[in-house]
Amino acid sequence: MSGTVMERAANATPPKLARQIKGLSDKTIAWIFVAPTIFLLLAVNIFPLIWTIRLSFTNFRVNRANLETKFVGLRNYERILTDSDIWLTMQATAHFLFWTLFFQVLIGFALAWLINRKFKGNDLWTTIIVLPMMLSPAVVGNFWTFLYQPQIGLFNYAIAFLTGADPSSFSMIGEVSLAPWSIVIVDTWMWTPFVMLICLAGLRSIPDSIYEAAECDRASKWRQFWTITVPMVLPFLMLAVLFRGIENFKMFDLVVQLTGGGPGSTTELTSINLKREAFEKWRTGYASAYAIILFVTVFGLASIYVKALNKVKER
Amino acid sequence: MKSTKILAVATLAAACGFAAPSAKADDLTLCWAAWDPANALVELSKDFEAKSGHKMSFEFVPWPNFADRMLNELNSGGQLCDLMIGDSQWIGGAAENGHYIKLNDFFDKEGITMDDFIPATVTGYSEWPKNTPNYWALPAFGDVVGWTYRKDWFSRPELRAEYKEKYGRELEPPKTLAELKDIAEFFQGREIDGTTVYGAAIYTERGSEGITMGVTNALYNYGFEYENPNKPYDLEGFVNSAGAVEGLEFYKALYDCCTPPGSSDWYMSEDIDAYKSGQVALQMNFAFIWPGVNADANVGGDKSGYFPNPAGPGGHFAQLGGQGISVVSYSDSQDAALEYIKWFAQPEIQAKWWELGGYSALRAVVEDPGFASSQPYAQTFLDSMAIVKDFWAEPAYADLLLAMQKRVHDYVIAGQGTAKEALDGLVQDWTETFEDEGKM
Repeated sequence: MSGTVMERAANATPPKLARQIKGLSDKTIAWIFVAPTIFLLLAVNIFPLIWTIRLSFTNFRVNRANLETKFVGLRNYERILTDSDIWLTMQATAHFLFWTLFFQVLIGFALAWLINRKFKGNDLWTTIIVLPMMLSPAVVGNFWTFLYQPQIGLFNYAIAFLTGADPSSFSMIGEVSLAPWSIVIVDTWMWTPFVMLICLAGLRSIPDSIYEAAECDRASKWRQFWTITVPMVLPFLMLAVLFRGIENFKMFDLVVQLTGGGPGSTTELTSINLKREAFEKWRTGYASAYAIILFVTVFGLASIYVKALNKVKER
Repeated sequence: MKSTKILAVATLAAACGFAAPSAKADDLTLCWAAWDPANALVELSKDFEAKSGHKMSFEFVPWPNFADRMLNELNSGGQLCDLMIGDSQWIGGAAENGHYIKLNDFFDKEGITMDDFIPATVTGYSEWPKNTPNYWALPAFGDVVGWTYRKDWFSRPELRAEYKEKYGRELEPPKTLAELKDIAEFFQGREIDGTTVYGAAIYTERGSEGITMGVTNALYNYGFEYENPNKPYDLEGFVNSAGAVEGLEFYKALYDCCTPPGSSDWYMSEDIDAYKSGQVALQMNFAFIWPGVNADANVGGDKSGYFPNPAGPGGHFAQLGGQGISVVSYSDSQDAALEYIKWFAQPEIQAKWWELGGYSALRAVVEDPGFASSQPYAQTFLDSMAIVKDFWAEPAYADLLLAMQKRVHDYVIAGQGTAKEALDGLVQDWTETFEDEGKM
């Protein structure tokens, strides 16, 4: 068992194989190592993407595979972009995205700032706060439907206690004006801890020496917050926004459990709408075009955002 | 030469070894929704297992996911199910896409005739194209939307007197939809035994088929037609007729005035829960729940009564439910599956099916003189099955259903637009679907 690991590996290699490998360049060996990963990526990412693009120009329906598949050009794209119902789902998604990010950043940062202070029971509180994000979205959706129940729901009773209104006089998931907010509340409850953790990492990465220097310069706490804390946490915060933004753009399970897209189509987000087109109506070609449009939208927005994030990091 | 002989003998022995059990005993999987009747079928099928030697397995999926899960299975040519008790609306797609095997030859060979079954169930569950003798399923479970009511509340003298004074008639099961709304209104928000109760639990579910299965019970009875009876796929003026608009307005009015708070996404199970927990005086639901209601400790026995969907100004109909049993064409055990259907079609098995809580569609069972009095809900079941109407069973039924779910829910629950706009929009959606299908 003497010698280095490399020597032992070389000795263990059968002479025939060793002779074959000896003849290969470093670049070739590198390719041999990387090839399986590249093949896997091509098979599970790139090929389906190309196939989806191809399908998006056809009238293919996966449940009617025996029917002739016709090339329909840009018809699917035209129908999607001129469909007022799809624009309504886009609006619902934008509302959900904006307000969940707004509240999660605001509350997440505030919680991180509080947790970052040294106090008794700090770890216990951190554990309690992060509990919601450890639950399954389906479970969260299910138990919030009970919390929102007008007759027995705790949420309604809490609101009634605070406002004096009758608990059964409003239905969070049954009224058009309240349903979009009901999903924002649940998603914020569940995912604010995630933003908090990232912000906490940012806050803890700021060296104490910077604050000490600011103290020496007699900078107020308020000034320290705006000129040290916020700029140094900003890249972390932007990263959290990116993760949550991408996740919430494709939000499905939680909302399906809570409202099923209703009342009417008030909370029908794009992913729910897309699922209905693809796997309930089985309009595969149409749904492929829809998926491509969403992919381009997310990819485009994310690229712009990442550029902005890099600029902030460079400062 | 010797080794060749040994190989031949070994091959033959192996072939016999594999072939013999499959000819004698197969493992059959029956797919259906997860609900009370499915449990009754498990019990019933023990007789088949004992007689045939085949082993039965069951794949039951809850209703909200049933269509998604099973249609995925069929569309992918999956071999999970040998027998499928699929929803009536799937029959067109399943027949045209080759998911089910055609049963005409089998029926002829085994002497099974569709004349022995309730005509509406044959049309609804077995035929494609409709009203032609092409059979893809054996009627397995007759079902229809009907109503359950709190008979004990209806019989309270003080409530009867108050109702009579207010509406000028006795508090009895309603004969018309207008009367039904009066009763629901009467009970809405009322204190009974110290609890606030509500009028009616109706179907409002958005995700699968709920609100469509509910609203059609009003639409049909106000004059809604799926198409011009003389010109197929001619929708304008039938789907959105003045009567249909009135029917849709009625359903919204019923939802607005007389349902429990928070019932904006309710289907079968939520309606059952509301009724069994004593929240509502009336419950819209498929007939399959009636055995469970009758046996319930809180509301069962004499406390509950049953009545068919009431008539409207445009007619007297009720939404058909129920399913037929089919053999999946991708199954490797088709012979054994057919054997099951042959066994299931026998009158004595159908009689036992009814006893266990399954709604037989065999005329010999339902036309038996003792049938109507065999259960408190048996007569209502018969009356309801006589007035059924079903949703589209076209191969594109899912497109048609989802369009209706959206249009109706947007109007009834979300209160967006008018009833006329909702039905005009539905005509537009359905026309587009039929154009895509090449039927217009």
